[in-house]
Formats: sequence, C-alpha cells, structure tokens
Amino acid sequence: MKLTRRDVIKAQAAATAATVAGISLPASASNIITSSKANKLTWSKAPCRFCGTGCGISVATKDGKVVATHGDEKAPVNKGLSCVKGYFLSKIMYGKDRLTTPMLRKKNGQYDKEGEFTPVSWDEAFDIMEVKFKKALKEKGPTGIGMFGSGQWTVQEGYAAVKLMKAGFLSNNIDPNARHCMASAVGGFMRTFGIDEPMGCYDDMEAADAFVLWGSNMAEMHPILWTRIADRRLSNPHVKVAVLSTYEHRSFDLADIPAIFTPQTDMVLLNAIANYIIESGSVNQDFINKHVNFREGVTDIGYGLRPTHELQKKAKNPNSGKSTPIDFDAFAKFVKTYTFEYAEKMSGVPARTIEKIAKLYADPKTKVMSLWTMGANQHTRGVWTNNLLYNIHLLTGKISQPGNSPFSLTGQPSACGTAREVGTFSHRLPADMVVKNPKHRALSEKIWKLPKGILNPKPGAHAVKQVRDLKDSKINAYWIQVNNNLQAGPNVNEEILPAYRNPDNFIVTSDAYPTVTAEASDLILPSAMWVEKEGVFGNAERRTQSWYQLVNAPGDARSDMWQIVEFSKRFTTDEVWPAEVLAANPEYKGKSLYEVLYKNGNVDKFPLSQISPDYENQESKEHGFYIQKGLFEEYATFGRGKAHDLAPYETYHSERGLRWPVVDGKETKWRFKEGSDPYVEKGKGFQFYGKKDGKAIIFALPYEAPPEVPDEEFDMWLCTGRVLEHWHTGSMTQRVPELFKAVPDALCYLHPEDAKKRGLRRGDAVKVQSRRGEIITRVETRGRNKPPVGLIFVPFFDARQLINKVTLDATDPLSKQTDFKKCAVRIEKV
Amino acid sequence: MKNTLLNKVSTVCMTAALAVSSIVLPSVASAADAVIDAEPQVASMRGTAPLNAELTPNPMEKVENNDLKRQRDYPQQPPTIPHDISKYQLDKNFNKCMDCHSRKLADEAQAPAVSVTHYMNRDGEFLGEMSPRRYFCTQCHVHQLESKPMVENEFVDVDELIKQSNQRAKK
Repeated sequence: MKLTRRDVIKAQAAATAATVAGISLPASASNIITSSKANKLTWSKAPCRFCGTGCGISVATKDGKVVATHGDEKAPVNKGLSCVKGYFLSKIMYGKDRLTTPMLRKKNGQYDKEGEFTPVSWDEAFDIMEVKFKKALKEKGPTGIGMFGSGQWTVQEGYAAVKLMKAGFLSNNIDPNARHCMASAVGGFMRTFGIDEPMGCYDDMEAADAFVLWGSNMAEMHPILWTRIADRRLSNPHVKVAVLSTYEHRSFDLADIPAIFTPQTDMVLLNAIANYIIESGSVNQDFINKHVNFREGVTDIGYGLRPTHELQKKAKNPNSGKSTPIDFDAFAKFVKTYTFEYAEKMSGVPARTIEKIAKLYADPKTKVMSLWTMGANQHTRGVWTNNLLYNIHLLTGKISQPGNSPFSLTGQPSACGTAREVGTFSHRLPADMVVKNPKHRALSEKIWKLPKGILNPKPGAHAVKQVRDLKDSKINAYWIQVNNNLQAGPNVNEEILPAYRNPDNFIVTSDAYPTVTAEASDLILPSAMWVEKEGVFGNAERRTQSWYQLVNAPGDARSDMWQIVEFSKRFTTDEVWPAEVLAANPEYKGKSLYEVLYKNGNVDKFPLSQISPDYENQESKEHGFYIQKGLFEEYATFGRGKAHDLAPYETYHSERGLRWPVVDGKETKWRFKEGSDPYVEKGKGFQFYGKKDGKAIIFALPYEAPPEVPDEEFDMWLCTGRVLEHWHTGSMTQRVPELFKAVPDALCYLHPEDAKKRGLRRGDAVKVQSRRGEIITRVETRGRNKPPVGLIFVPFFDARQLINKVTLDATDPLSKQTDFKKCAVRIEKV
Repeated sequence: MKNTLLNKVSTVCMTAALAVSSIVLPSVASAADAVIDAEPQVASMRGTAPLNAELTPNPMEKVENNDLKRQRDYPQQPPTIPHDISKYQLDKNFNKCMDCHSRKLADEAQAPAVSVTHYMNRDGEFLGEMSPRRYFCTQCHVHQLESKPMVENEFVDVDELIKQSNQRAKK
C-alpha cells in the first residue's frame, strides 16, 4: 500500500508530540474564562506602516502593548484584508534590538569618527549635532548641510522637516527617499498634466474590463490591490489581465496576456501601441481636439551620472526637459516607425501579443486600467515612460472615468502624502509649488510668517547628488530619518559608503532599529515608530489617513517630529539668517528657530484641550500645544482652494481616510471630469486644470538606450526589487520571526540554462559582480521569479547581501530618480 | 564591542570593496580616507561582515515540512503553512491548496478548512464559494524555512497580559 503524504505526516506528528510530552503547558494556556474587564481589548484604526496601498488596519492594544493587528473591515481600501506583512504589524515594534537611547561614536569620552557607539543623553546628542551643523553652516553656508527623509515620514514630520531646512536653515538640501521611488511619476504628472498624483482611484479596479501591468509586480508589492484585481478578474470572465515585465513573477499567475520584454523597451511598446491606436482609427478625435496639446521633447538627455562621466559628457542635451509644440499629424508621423514588427524586434515580445494589448486600449468598449510603479519610475527615461503611458490613455480619451485609468501606484505609505504633497523634495514647496518660482516662495513666506524674500530660490541637492556632495566633502553635516540608504541607495560601494564614512562629515541617523545606515553614521537617534506617535499618511489614491498614538515608544525613543522641533531650539535667527534680512525685519532678531517656525501663531494655535482624551499624545504634552494638528492645519492652508483641499484635521480621526480634494466635506474620486471633480468648470466635460489652457499634453518621445547594457565582460542584466514578505530593507520585517523564516535570505534568481552554462546548481554560492562592486549570494533556479535567459533578479531586503553595491547610480536626468532595474553584471561560482 | 578594531579602507582585507573593472572615476581624496569598522558594532542584521566586505551566505535552508500546527500570536493571525508548497500550482487555472483546505475536501485530507472569513466579499456578505479576493493564498499564508531568526522578538502574547491583569486584580 502506498502511503500518502498525509499519512506520513500524521505519524510524524504523533511521534513529535510524544517527544515533547514531558514538557508541561504554560499556565497561561488554561481554559478558564477570565473576567470581562481583563478580557477586553482596545481596538483602534491606523493605516498600515508599509506600502503605498494604504490599507486600514485594526490595532488591538492592551496594557500599553500592541497585541493584534488585522485588516480593518470598515476601510474602503482593503475591507478586512491585509497581506502577510500587515497581519504581522503587531510585532514590528518589538524586535529585541530596538534603539532606546541616542548613541554617539566616542573615543576617550569625546566624539570621534572612529569611536565606539556609546549611549548618550538627548542633550549630549543635540550638543554635538548643534556644533557640527553650525560649523558646516558657517564654513559652507546652507549647501553645507543636508537632510535625507522619507515617504515613510508622517505628513507632520515631513512638514516640520521642510520648515526647519527651507525656512529655518534656508537650505533646500532636503530630499526624501521617495526620490528613489516616485520622482519620475511626479515628473510625468507635472509634464503631462501640470498637477501631481493620479486622477483616478482604487474604485477603478471594480470597474475596469482590462488591466495592464507595466513592469509592476502587484501580486507581491501591492498585494491587497492585487486581491481587488483578482476579485474582478475571477468574478468576471470577460475581464483580461496583461502583465508586462522583464522577468516572470507572481503577477503572471493571473495573466491572460503575459509578455516578457527586454529592459528599457517598454518605451518601444508604448509608442507601438500609440501608433496602432492611430493607424487603426481608434483615436478619440473629439477628446483630443478639446482636451489635448501635442509636443515633441528634446532627446539625448544623458543619464544623471556625475558630469565627469563619459556617458554624461557625450549627451547633446544633458538634463533637458524642453519641448516644442507639434500637431497631431506630426505626432502620428513620429510614432509611425514604431510598428509591431519593429517593436517585436526590439522588445522580444511577439507582434501578436503586442496587438492583443494594443487592442485593449484601442477598443472603445473596453475600460482599461494601466498600472505601474518602480518598473516605469526607476528608469533612466522614467519621466518619458510616464508620459508615454498617459499618451495612450489621452489618445483614446480613456481617463478620469470609472475603469478608464492610467494609475501610477506608489511605493511608500506616504510618498504621496508627505514626500509629494508636503513637498519634501529639494526643488519643491507644499501643494505642488517649487522653490524656483518667486510667487510660490512669496506665498510660502506669507503662510509661514517669514520675512519677505528670505526663502532660497535655488533647488537643493537631490538624493543622489547629496551622496556625491558628501563624498566630495561639499556637504559636511547630514541628517537621515526613516530610511536606510546605505542598503537601499545605488552604488553603495563607490558612493554612499565612502560618503558617509568620509572623515570630513558628521552623519546622523534617526531610526527605530540599528540598520546598516545607522552603522555607517556617527550619531544614532532612537525613533518612535508607527502607532507610538500620532500622525497622518497619504496613500496612492490621494487618501489622507490619520491615527492616534496607541502605545508609548520604548526607553528614550522619540518621534522624528519631536527630534526636528527640539533641534530647532538650538539655533537663533542671528546665527542662520542673513544680517540684512534681520536688519530689515528687526522683529525676528534673536528669536530661536523654534519660535519662528513652530511657535508662530499657526502651529501652536490649538490647545492641549483639543487632543483626544482617550489617547496619549506625549509630544503635544511636552510642547504644550496640539502640535500634530497645528502642523497639519498650517500645511493644509497651502492646498485649500487650490485643488489640493484637505478636510479639517479632526475629520480624519473619525473617517477611514478621504481622497483630496475634499470640497464641502466631499471627497473626489475622479479628477478632471465634470461632475466628479468640483474644480472642473461647468460645460467643459474634462478640464486638465493643472495646465493654464486646461489641456493635457501628449509627448512625442523616442526610445533611447539605457546607459549600461550587458556586453562580453558583464553579460547579464541585473534587476533588483522587493519581496512580498519584507518591507524595503527588512529593518522591521526581518525582525518578525515568521516573516524572517518565510524569506530569510536574498537569492539570485536565475534561468536554469544560464545556471547550466556556468556549471551552477541551485543553492551554489555565487559572486554577482558589476563594474562597481560585488556581493556573494546563492543561486535559485526555481521559486517565484523566473527570469529569461540573460537576466537575474536579486532583492535588496537582506543586510548581509548589499546588492546595491552592484547597482549603477544612473538616474532619469529629469526626475533624478535612480534606475535600480537594469545594469550589467556577471556571475561567478565562489 | 570593545574589541572592535578600526581600520582605514585601504588596509582592510576586502572581498568586494573596489571596482572590479577599469572604469575611470573622479579622484576624490576624502573618499580614500573613509573610516570603516572591521566589524559592525550595532547592525544586528548585517552579521559579522564589515560594511565594505561581503561574506558567503549560509546554505539554503529546507522548508519546515512536519505538518505540525503552530501556535498563532493572536486569533486574527493567518496561520503559517507547516509544509512544503514549492511544487504547488497556484494560478488563475488551478489552486492546489484547495485540494485539501476547501470545505469539501478538508475531512478527507484532515487539513484545516479555510476559515469563514474566506467566504466574505468586500461588502462582508457570505458567498457560496470562497471569495475570489482570497484566491491567492500566499498573500497571507507563508511557509517557514528552518532558518533561525537573527534577532529575537519580544512581542507579548495577550494571554500573558490577561494573566498579569488577573494577578493584579487578585492583589
């Protein structure tokens, strides 16, 4: 008789049970019903701490501890579901190595770059920071300091940071890690529509007839949105799912139309689809006549490398985003060379498959949703690729209506809310405004109650440039919050590590856990995280969500906002503002930055009596006013009446989030469409009001090759990315045993033929080498990712395998976002 | 941490720190002087490798395949998978997991049938069959390898807190 697996397992289970029989059960596992009081849990709402989906989470607390988390049934985003990371949120705060005290590198009782991390008080930590920041400001001015923040900052934290850097230190050297993540999406929106963030919303997922994933692996990276698409596809047999990627992954499990394309040729496919729409007579003529302008962009724009790099020197129009007006016929002529045959030759996708995808767009009866994230954004032509995606929706008029939706997904929980809307980018101000524009600066100065003309008009250093400036000793005092750039940033080996460990520099890292970035710093500040503070996140569908402080942070850990606001007390206007400004505005003389920025009559406007009696709010109590509300309300002033309207702060505590613009208490689901967007004038039908004439732009942009392609010496493509079970660099999720044991190590996903060619077998240790650095990992020829011959995938969550030592710090020249999805490597058996 | 030696990059024996090909780089004096510890002081997840060198990773671990149910941290936690699923088909055409975990087959397989929540649609209504939004099991349920976590987690089970609460009440 053949034993089934089940029979074998039953026998094993009995045997194992017997071996542990001697161990008595813990007393807590008793079966007695406890009193109702002891049994009671407090359930509160909070948005998830991880990706840009923005799921609502129900959080149970008891006696000062988080004891359970699950998907909030009332949250419209996820309706009771949560991915495996979300279910384990309850454990992310309880890793044994939580940072609970500031730690400074010291030798003989003094700060020393080569010293040992030694616990110090907050006072001592701020003392040395103050010395180092003042020294850098004195020697080099506002460009001598820098701050690297995050799309995981709360709205209030990012806003407090922008104020400290831009209005306090008059330095625009502040950027979020969202630069590595969403900058190309922002560039695409601003170029095509003149206003940031998606016009549609997640409700499109229940309305679309077709979904096309452009380089996105939603099954792993946006799992709960994937459940909505799976629900739609499996419940409605007419619905089609097309998945385009440079390698096969879990999203292909739902694909009706799978397509593997050669890296960078998504641009060819998009132009080929535009050409098909035109040639098949599927252009929505009425729509383009009324709502669209055509322009041709400047080409050969370089790769965002150091200006001394050969490739950068070769570019004809480095970093140029210029364009000239053209008409429809010129556009049609421009894309005419992008035939299916040409596209097949370039991309490797069969012409028949391209046609199937093109028809989803061309058929006026098919409501189509395009979805993309890092595949399109982490791309040396990321802004262009975003533009090309909008082209095919604009040509067909498939936009701003339920189910017809070009949808730029977001990576981080508040990349939209904090990085983009608050304007923590080096060139931005709140509500889509920019430092270069004198009117925008004047408005900001007015809201912030600053002397006229004080704000710095010159954009600061973006993420990659900050690192280059640190390496070149141009920035000497640097503060990193809520990110792990030494693991997540590009070209760690040649740029980030030498930048942080440059003896000229003082690096401060605020984090909840000792990451490799903290390790590479000189001062580590312990941060409160997630529900240990009150905050607001903004998700990918413009949904603003708030939460209360539910538990206290351990030890001396404090929120990033508290750290920023406290540090501002260390500086006076006389020390950091130009003498002539103070001479002309004597009422600001001798004031601390704290007084000027946060005790300005706005931020300190709301008394403690307004904080919730049911929840702790340590920060507000310490400052003596409801600081989270004050910061939010001052920030909201920027967007109200300007198509970025936010509701009153309290509203968000009772709602499961609202999608801006919130006008007359009503959220907006579809922007730019009459009837659903209050900003569209009557009779317009559609109005892309980000542009003065209300018209969106279709851009003629060609395919341009990536900066580095496989050759004889480095013969493989490398693509990096995330995995479902871990959030970014794993600093939280790797400390949850269940998530660690699910995916403990990074692996090199490789095609079996490529393995065979090199005499490699599954599990072998290999070096992955590029021109910049190398790591050692192990070969995986099975599993969830199936790359084509010639490409490998290595995720970046594993601190023991810093794959970003290998990647190239080439960026989109317009958005300055890094391309983590393609560079040339070779693999060798160790 | 006391024994941590500090070295200049140029003197550390590295496996990976420098470029492996001849690409011309801008010469920056300060970068060459970067000070990097011989062993990490605080970065628990890094292991013992200095930031400028890479070690050979542990061998790939096997999947825990004993089929023993594991304790959950709280009732809402999706149970982890106590067996190997590496060869399972789980796509729009077929769901191998449901061969044992569906309501109709769980008795035969003696596997836990999917919970009642799996029948609920977005509006909280119960469907006749499993809700399609729950179709891809691995979005919530994960296998476990035999690897040992690098950092302990001090999450406190609610049972322990209730016990403490009851003890306080008795006093």
